[in-house]
Amino acid sequence: MAHESYFFRARRGLPRELQEAQTWIEGIASGYGLQFCETVFEMCDWQEINMLASYGGFPTRYPHWRWGMDYLQMDKSYEYGLQKIYEMVINTQPAYAYLLDNNTMMDQKLVMAHVYGHVDFFTNNAWFAHTDRKMLDRMANHATRVRRHMDAEGQDVVETFIDMCLSIENLIDPHLPHIRRERSESEREKEAARRAPGYARMPARHYMDKYINPPEFLEEQRQRHQDRMAAQARFPDSPVRDVLGFLLEHGRMRPWQRDVLSIIRSEAYYFAPQGQTKIMNEGWASYWHTTMMTRDILTDAEVIDYCDHHSGTVAMQPGRLNPYKVGIELFRHIEDRWDKGRFGKDWMDCDDVAVKRDWDTGAGLGRDKIFEVRRTHNDVTFIDEFLTEDFVREQGLFTTTWDKKAGHYVVDSREFGAVKQQMLTMLASRGNPPITVTDANHGNRGELELTHAHEGMDLQLDWAELTLGNIARIWGRAAHLVTTVDGRRTVLHHDGASFTVDKEGKPGAGEKQQKEAS
Amino acid sequence: MPLNIDNDVHRFRTIVKGRVRKDLRRFMQSGELLGRQGDRIVSIPLPRIGIPRFRYGDNEQGGVGQGDGQPGDAADGQPGDGQGQAGEQPGQHVLEAEVTLEELAEIMGEELALPRIEPKGHKHISSERDKYTGISRVGPEGLRHTRRTFREALKRQIASGTWDAGRPRIVPVREDKRYRSWKTKSEPQSSAVILYMMDVSGSMGREQKEIVRLEAFWIDTWLQHNYDNVQARFIIHDAKAREVDRDTFFRTKESGGTLISSAYELAWRIIEADYPPDEWNIYPFHFSDGDNWSKADTKKCLTMLQERFLPACNQFSYAQVDSDYGSGQFYEDLSGSFSGDERLALSRVPDRDHIMDSIKELLGTGR
Repeated sequence: MAHESYFFRARRGLPRELQEAQTWIEGIASGYGLQFCETVFEMCDWQEINMLASYGGFPTRYPHWRWGMDYLQMDKSYEYGLQKIYEMVINTQPAYAYLLDNNTMMDQKLVMAHVYGHVDFFTNNAWFAHTDRKMLDRMANHATRVRRHMDAEGQDVVETFIDMCLSIENLIDPHLPHIRRERSESEREKEAARRAPGYARMPARHYMDKYINPPEFLEEQRQRHQDRMAAQARFPDSPVRDVLGFLLEHGRMRPWQRDVLSIIRSEAYYFAPQGQTKIMNEGWASYWHTTMMTRDILTDAEVIDYCDHHSGTVAMQPGRLNPYKVGIELFRHIEDRWDKGRFGKDWMDCDDVAVKRDWDTGAGLGRDKIFEVRRTHNDVTFIDEFLTEDFVREQGLFTTTWDKKAGHYVVDSREFGAVKQQMLTMLASRGNPPITVTDANHGNRGELELTHAHEGMDLQLDWAELTLGNIARIWGRAAHLVTTVDGRRTVLHHDGASFTVDKEGKPGAGEKQQKEAS
Repeated sequence: MPLNIDNDVHRFRTIVKGRVRKDLRRFMQSGELLGRQGDRIVSIPLPRIGIPRFRYGDNEQGGVGQGDGQPGDAADGQPGDGQGQAGEQPGQHVLEAEVTLEELAEIMGEELALPRIEPKGHKHISSERDKYTGISRVGPEGLRHTRRTFREALKRQIASGTWDAGRPRIVPVREDKRYRSWKTKSEPQSSAVILYMMDVSGSMGREQKEIVRLEAFWIDTWLQHNYDNVQARFIIHDAKAREVDRDTFFRTKESGGTLISSAYELAWRIIEADYPPDEWNIYPFHFSDGDNWSKADTKKCLTMLQERFLPACNQFSYAQVDSDYGSGQFYEDLSGSFSGDERLALSRVPDRDHIMDSIKELLGTGR
């Protein structure tokens, strides 16, 4: 295929030494059963690799200041010797991965082994099944479209709109590509027919009719049907998680704005699975780089450097969770359990500690199991299904909580249930509050009502105000957000220019509140 | 050939400087580059602009950590925010560099584009030091350079043919002897004293103190970088002023009214006693919320500044930290009376995010 590397100063290609290493490592990886598409390694100097990293791995993105901000940060970190980027690979076909030109040979081999793990994961994990593998072209296309809009409308105007879209970039429905949320038209019709007013009447002879179909019953049925129709008249008829998509379809925008919003949305969906599988993806790649490096690749002279590097990658910072570390350890834990037959009813039913400690049926299913896990799971189900009490204890996991008096985080609990609950909560929301569109004709004025399903954590109000303002501007009319603050139902309003808050139970706000409810 | 990213970098810089899209500047935060300096972690200032989103308030959510510790023990670090992108996201390796104070100062100077300070003319005292730098043929025996002496003797014996490799005996004579010689160097020595004054009256809260502490750290770092010998003295004041040590300075919470002149008087007594202005570079820094007790006292302060401090000091700096109670009137008074006078640097610090801007205002003149 045509090579996409036109953006580099000159394509240097890989030196022969590295080409040979690539062929060799590719062979080893296939030998272990990893399945991956063609993988292209590009040599970059550190400025190029920093640029690629700030562009999310892609050589071309639409013009925006935040890439520049990220680049400066990485550039300075590298310059002052604080941080350095080792590996980067993008989910495309063929997959592109980048090698830093002044890394040692050992580093390059390690990166290659790690990259093959990632590419295998991209290719086989179900959550990536719907991602666009031609994203390299699409990103370039997006860049061209945004540039064209900037030429026509002015850079400031378009950039301001991009900033507005980015502020709601996280309001997407990560499960959308995998399921159908909306019922088709014919299904709707069928259901409507079933609920038609005549439906409730049972066939009966006329002299039996008032016994079989008593008028009160019919009246009740009619009433119910009316209510149902009224509910259906609400739009949307059920809450919509994909706020970006909803705005795109129903918001009042000019064509170029719609185009920009669609670009932001499609990129957000492209990156979503990577957020959903962070622990697994890094764990899987680390599992394979250690396996391949220690069994097949390392020479004696490279062992120390390798250990130094590897321990840096999986190092735990006190009190923080490293996805590389948790991922690789959990994969090893699963492999060990299935190798020793520590699963199924017998294992679950056994409560003799001594028997459990020495449990080994010689099942030898570990490798098969982890391959299966990498195909079907995401981080939430991975933790939900495989996090065990033993694992939490061995790894020393704990939950933390904010100590208001001390002004820092403190260890809260080492109890298995609490740790698991906390991890699942964090992974399920990924820091994004669950916010849905609940009414697009609020107050019969075509205003947008969003609802935050409060899960015990309050929103940060100053940012919520700004974000709601952006939504109102994109929507074209006022926007409202129903949430909970300090345990009280609170509605935030923004009409694009001014912001007001209604707190339930607050004296004086009662009248306004009632108007809201009616 | 330039990289694509250069345009975006340029765009970001223009926004930060406030040339375009001024609305964005209010989202600016100071950056997060962390370096270690000894035991403490210091952050290196890099501007960042945040894009507002729906998100949970800080510290609302707990986290999960890994490592030692009993319930109730402090857990370092932030809880994972669960964000981030796998695979595609670069694998970053934290190198945890030790940054020396010296390097920090350079980094800061570079980021804020601070000019190097020119020490005041004629105000360095010179100190004399002897340094052994050379070799001479004459000198006291105590300074004889044995190796050189024997080398000369060996040279002479080989040249004159008296050297016997079978019986290697070297006998130096008077001409062979070499002695160390020294030169007396006079080194200019520039010394500076920083006088920190802080208003600890009731209206200065915890956050205001923290701002002063952070700002003072950077000022210290920068001045240390520019002078060989920097001393710091600390004065706190409400209606009365007293000198304290560094620790007390940053911790004290008092209450009561404010007489700024009390601090100025004490500072002047310290200068007169210990730091003659023709030998020292003097940098008074005064932090306050700008609420002085009376107009008469303010007037007294202005006179003192005009007649004593400004002629004697390199620069007198006044930083006003916004507080809920302070009127901020003192800033107005100063800027009204001394507008355009380079010897007086004024700055306002509404919140933490403006510390870097403020440092630039105070130290940006390179005096």
